[in-house]
Amino acid sequence: MARSVKKGPYLDAKLTAKVENMNKVREKKVVRTWARRSTVTPDFVGHTIAVHNGNKFIPIYVSENMVGHKLGEFALTRTFRGHAKSSKTTSVK
Amino acid sequence: MARIAGVDIPSEKRVEIALRYIYGIGPATARKILATTGVDPGKRVKVLTDEETARLRNEIENNYRVEGTLHTEVSMNIKRLMDIGCYRGLRHRRNLPVRGQRTRTNARTRKGPKKTAGSLRKVKPGKKG
Repeated sequence: MARSVKKGPYLDAKLTAKVENMNKVREKKVVRTWARRSTVTPDFVGHTIAVHNGNKFIPIYVSENMVGHKLGEFALTRTFRGHAKSSKTTSVK
Repeated sequence: MARIAGVDIPSEKRVEIALRYIYGIGPATARKILATTGVDPGKRVKVLTDEETARLRNEIENNYRVEGTLHTEVSMNIKRLMDIGCYRGLRHRRNLPVRGQRTRTNARTRKGPKKTAGSLRKVKPGKKG
């Protein structure tokens, strides 16, 4: 079920505070965060945010198109390198 | 034969049904269009007057996104997802289900026909290997 519009988007308070502060002083630093569930707001555009994927921080440069998505969507948590190659298949005539 | 929104030529059916042959118009939209244009939904397409067809055509072309425009919009949306590098975009790129369905079994609509991966299994001739 979708989140109620009344509440507005979910934003991580600490992260938004940091980004707002950076917007105020006009600087761009990489912010590390674990707040994968936080929505990307228009304020974030142009910043680089390092989102934790459970193992390390993935730096994400936020573009305009990303507004409205959650941070976690951009830092994948799973590694899948494909299945082992099958050695041989014998065919029976 | 009526030609509405490009290539669609709905047949001998009732207008209510015939309109649904246009990509982007389903039961609800068809009913809405007929209500606003004041065309009887039960009428066959062949007995529609030219004036009625024109009214329908105008209504659809001005107020609805159908066929080509709708197709491009959908693919643009998908392209956007792929370009921003989000999870849903990745699933589109790999042609896997996007909305969290299981892929251990099923998901055949997205994955296409079965490709057996078996290691040293014997494959009978005739069956898809």
